[in-house]
Amino acid sequence: MRVWALHLTLLAVLFSAQFWLSPYHATNLARIMVLAVFAMGYNLAFGYTGLLSLGHALLLAAGMYAAGLPAQLWGWNAGPTFIAGVAGGALVAAALGLLALRTAGVSFMIVTLMFAQAGYLTLLYFAPVTGGDDGFAIAASSRTLMGFDLSTDTPRFLAALTIFAAGLLASLILVRSPFGRTMVAMRENEERSRMLGYNPFSVKLTALTISGLYAGAAGAAYAILFGYVGASFATIQYSILPMLYVLLGGAGTTLGPFLGALLMFALIEAATRITTAHQFIVGAALVVLILFAPKGILGTIRERWARWLP
Amino acid sequence: MAFGPFLLLALMEGLVTAAVLALAAAGLSLVFGVMRVVNVAHGEFYMLGAVLAWAITTMVPGPPALAFLAAAVIAPLVVAALAAAADGLILKRLNYDPEATIVATIGLLYIIQQAALSLYGPNAYPVTAPFEWRIQFPWFGYSGYKLFVVLAAGIVLLALWLFMTRTKAGLIMRATQVDRITAQTFGVNVDRVYMGTFALGAGLAALAGVLVVPISQAQYLMGHDPLLLSFIVVIIGGLGSLRGTLIAALVIGLSDGVISMFFTPTLAKILATLLVAMVLVFRPQGLFGAKV
Repeated sequence: MRVWALHLTLLAVLFSAQFWLSPYHATNLARIMVLAVFAMGYNLAFGYTGLLSLGHALLLAAGMYAAGLPAQLWGWNAGPTFIAGVAGGALVAAALGLLALRTAGVSFMIVTLMFAQAGYLTLLYFAPVTGGDDGFAIAASSRTLMGFDLSTDTPRFLAALTIFAAGLLASLILVRSPFGRTMVAMRENEERSRMLGYNPFSVKLTALTISGLYAGAAGAAYAILFGYVGASFATIQYSILPMLYVLLGGAGTTLGPFLGALLMFALIEAATRITTAHQFIVGAALVVLILFAPKGILGTIRERWARWLP
Repeated sequence: MAFGPFLLLALMEGLVTAAVLALAAAGLSLVFGVMRVVNVAHGEFYMLGAVLAWAITTMVPGPPALAFLAAAVIAPLVVAALAAAADGLILKRLNYDPEATIVATIGLLYIIQQAALSLYGPNAYPVTAPFEWRIQFPWFGYSGYKLFVVLAAGIVLLALWLFMTRTKAGLIMRATQVDRITAQTFGVNVDRVYMGTFALGAGLAALAGVLVVPISQAQYLMGHDPLLLSFIVVIIGGLGSLRGTLIAALVIGLSDGVISMFFTPTLAKILATLLVAMVLVFRPQGLFGAKV
């Protein structure tokens, strides 16, 4: 009960935020919510199933280009574009999983890293179509949904919030479902789960595909809401970011990805007033987290004070 | 130019790439072999070597050869000291857990890269080669320095091989690689072996960076490609095997040279990364065969 209350309260606060935040901060919050969807997907793979991937940028970019290219080439509007993006992310994740899940641990990290790198280079190789590192802007006609112009502040914020809310509640239901427990069982002890009759490969493949679905949704939403598609979203940087968000907020907690994204955004925003060295902050945050707080903020809170946190 | 000489040029360029790559990859392979740590910051040590070489050659007066010699000695030592500190402050506290160390070295990558950007700036600077002479082929002239790089890399790798197989320190390192716990019960100070290995690996990467800088300028983002290529070489070559690393470096370097010359560098890299991913997926015993 209190779990649902907590999540719905957060969504209510976020909904009200558009009334008391300046347009600049509201746009940033919309961006954070979209990136948090990406991080929630990462969390389902890494936090719950124990799949430490270094290639999620590939899935983000898959969603982004699966949405952006039809919009660019054939002038699709926002609805079908978004669906294409979600499907693109899930399909690429399933294909990645079929190959990469034959490995585990460190090999899995490197295989996903390599596939993501190959994907990024492929985007560069086909620069005439993909726009390469410069990318391309999405035409205004592809950014409308049922008459609402998603490039304006209020519809954009509400669209981002809708996707975020759907992602958050779906992940809450998922991790409390029997399948969610099986995912955690894979993380904790794969061998024992196998003994109990679960098929690790298919459980992990499903988890990774769902994770890709989230990443695809985030990529497509980013393309539609912010009107830009580019190969820079396929770089290793965007594989590290969700990991950083999840580690900061708390791996294996439903609200951790959003909290991590929000705090990291705020931290970098605050730091840019003092210094331009924000890469340093990312690096230092990673090292400090892994050294002193590998469970993240919500993970630590859950361990010490609130065992009921999902 | 006819096809034959063109191919020769491509192969020679590939040989230079292979030599630099073999040095950097030997360091990565050593660190992975002995410590089971995948050092994502390895490319940054390479970059630091190149940037320090620029700094040292601009500070040391006198003929370019002398300044370059100073850089080739000092830069790897500085980087090795830095790596030893990183090992003691970060990796050791993580108990060398494979996944945690990857995250930590990613953090290290960002920190080093930002430090280089803040202190050195975003521009690329050249370093004068220690000597200027060209070898004249019937079809084209070729930089003598590039051939020197191949020679120097060969000598250093030979020295490394002798160190690993003929000295007590090398024996201790190999013993730690085979079985850390047993080595410890025989009185080997594993912490010190690890620190030394990490420093040696970083030093090799830095030396590769120093050697390459007269050819391709020093820039703060230059660690990216060597990191990826070193990974590829280490994975294809096999775990901790110096011979495998050398052969893989030759294959990757030469094919990279040829494919880049006749097609595009991007295509060469796509093929190489896909090849590695497939090797790991279908022949995991290549590198990560033993349970990590």
